Amino acid sequence: MSDAVLQISDLNKTYMVSAGLFKGKRSLKAVNGVNLVLEKGSVLGLVGESGCGKSTVAKLILRLEGLTSGRISFDGQEMSSIPRKEVARRIQPVFQDPYASLNPRKPISSIISLPLRVHRVGDPKSWPHKVEEIMDIVGLPPRFRHSYPNQLSGGQRQRVAVARALIMRPEIVICDEPTSALDVSVQSQILNLLMDLRKDLGLTYIVISHDLAVVEHLASRVAVMYLGRIVEEAATEDLFKRPRHPYTQALLTSVLTPEPRLGLPDTHLGTTYPNPIDPPQGCTFHPRCPKATELCQATAPDPIVEAGRLVECHHPETLAD
Amino acid sequence: MRNVSFSVVRGKTHALVGESGCGKSLTALAIMNLLPQSAIRCCERLSFDGQDLASTNERHMADIRGNKIAMIFQEPMTSLNPCYTIGNQMQEALLRHRRVTRKEALDRAVFLLEKVGITAAESRLKQYPHQLSGGLRQRVMIAMGLMCGPPLIIADEPTTALDVTIQAQILSLLKGLQQEFDMGMILITHDLGIVARVADRVSVMYCGQVVETGDVTQIFENPLHPYTQGLMDCIPIPGKTQRGEHLGSIPGIVPTPIGDMTGCTFRNRCPFVSKACAESDVALQEISAGRAYQCLLSPEVCAQNLRGGVAV
Repeated sequence: MSDAVLQISDLNKTYMVSAGLFKGKRSLKAVNGVNLVLEKGSVLGLVGESGCGKSTVAKLILRLEGLTSGRISFDGQEMSSIPRKEVARRIQPVFQDPYASLNPRKPISSIISLPLRVHRVGDPKSWPHKVEEIMDIVGLPPRFRHSYPNQLSGGQRQRVAVARALIMRPEIVICDEPTSALDVSVQSQILNLLMDLRKDLGLTYIVISHDLAVVEHLASRVAVMYLGRIVEEAATEDLFKRPRHPYTQALLTSVLTPEPRLGLPDTHLGTTYPNPIDPPQGCTFHPRCPKATELCQATAPDPIVEAGRLVECHHPETLAD
Repeated sequence: MRNVSFSVVRGKTHALVGESGCGKSLTALAIMNLLPQSAIRCCERLSFDGQDLASTNERHMADIRGNKIAMIFQEPMTSLNPCYTIGNQMQEALLRHRRVTRKEALDRAVFLLEKVGITAAESRLKQYPHQLSGGLRQRVMIAMGLMCGPPLIIADEPTTALDVTIQAQILSLLKGLQQEFDMGMILITHDLGIVARVADRVSVMYCGQVVETGDVTQIFENPLHPYTQGLMDCIPIPGKTQRGEHLGSIPGIVPTPIGDMTGCTFRNRCPFVSKACAESDVALQEISAGRAYQCLLSPEVCAQNLRGGVAV
């Protein structure tokens, strides 16, 4: 694909964690052989339970963590050959909790203009103008310039976080659970904002969320992660219409839509998310899988790529004709 | 919080739903008489199982708390004491309220831990909260609430901190236990999906007031209050909302409940606001048994607004 802006191949990240006071260290594979392609102007949704490694992937792309092995190429260039500062200019994050990600002792204008100061962009005299411009784009009234974060509501704070991410006009914005700390009526305001900005500024997003309804609404492609691996990846419509991996199916049934007559779903998933320090043998999902066979216990499945979608399972749902 | 009234029947679930700061949790605390010092509770009637809770003294209330009315809190990590074992904390309520031996209390704890789906219950009792995962901690909280077999359980955002897959499990667990022990439940949440799937009756709260109440199917299929209608529009539903299209939204933010509060509290965010909204307080009007809403518009007009779509 020619218009791939970000290409990730065989990405690995292993953390060394202490196993106990006198037991030395053990390795934890947070990200285990992830391949992803991000096309320009698209929105990639990354979903999975907590601890599956979705935020680690984001940190690796942002170069907040060093990768153990694998390759990330950004715009055709090897990521490690691009200076750290340039990466920060071109890829920006929006974090989950706008109460924790904004410095409470700095006024809003100073928070938003920080990237400009760090990168010494243009003439300092033009900065206030730029700040005003970006505040207007994200829908913050100019009078908030001198306010502090504690004077703002959750939705307004998240708008500040979005403004700070966008002031450098990045190419990729990584949204890590952008709305999960917000109320429903505010969530819809922020989602609408993110969609408008994408259209107006031609942004590319990676949206990380455990809320499948949000991902379905924003994303053009979705990757489902389980224990550091991508178990299914497809265009949003295909994935939601015909999930092939049993884990994706379970995730989809556990979405509680506001339809009172349906009652509670039964996911058939056992209770325990496995400990990532010693993941199960074979297919890592087999202890919780309703379709598991002896084959699943013994060998890990290879990824199957069919009709533009990927699935990693020994017994995937068949594709429709 | 003003003029909140509702009732809960044994074996049924009543949901309180609303955005943060609307007074859902304060309602629960008021029932338990656990309000912070700066809050004053005054009510016409607060009766539980025939007893009047509004006028009982603190000592009697302490007998009811945990014994007759149990509460499950949102954050299992902050509401469990990290310094004591699970077993120790589970036994506490039973030893306090009933004349039982430690052995009996222990047996009851093991029985309930198994009921909530925790394997190897006996060894779990010796563990500390930090050794358990989020889902397990929440199960422990539920089991702890059930120790005395309470007729009423108040669940304050029981699954907010959990993953979707575990959320569905915990909710069906709660629902099953509720049927089994014939308990009433007050479910406090901001998630309309949970409300739709679990509750029997719903009260929508806004700014300390109940703005609409009714059976769950009535509320979701025919919401009358403009705020309820707005909330329904805000949620993306896979397969129903058009992908990439704008979601409905409620402009503005929840007003602070400080100072003068005459008139409808929703009027500065309401698409159907008129002059009359600011002038006098709006009363909760009952349109049929157990179905009421707080708006000046007539039910017919409200239903029409819904069909016409909310103009923003």
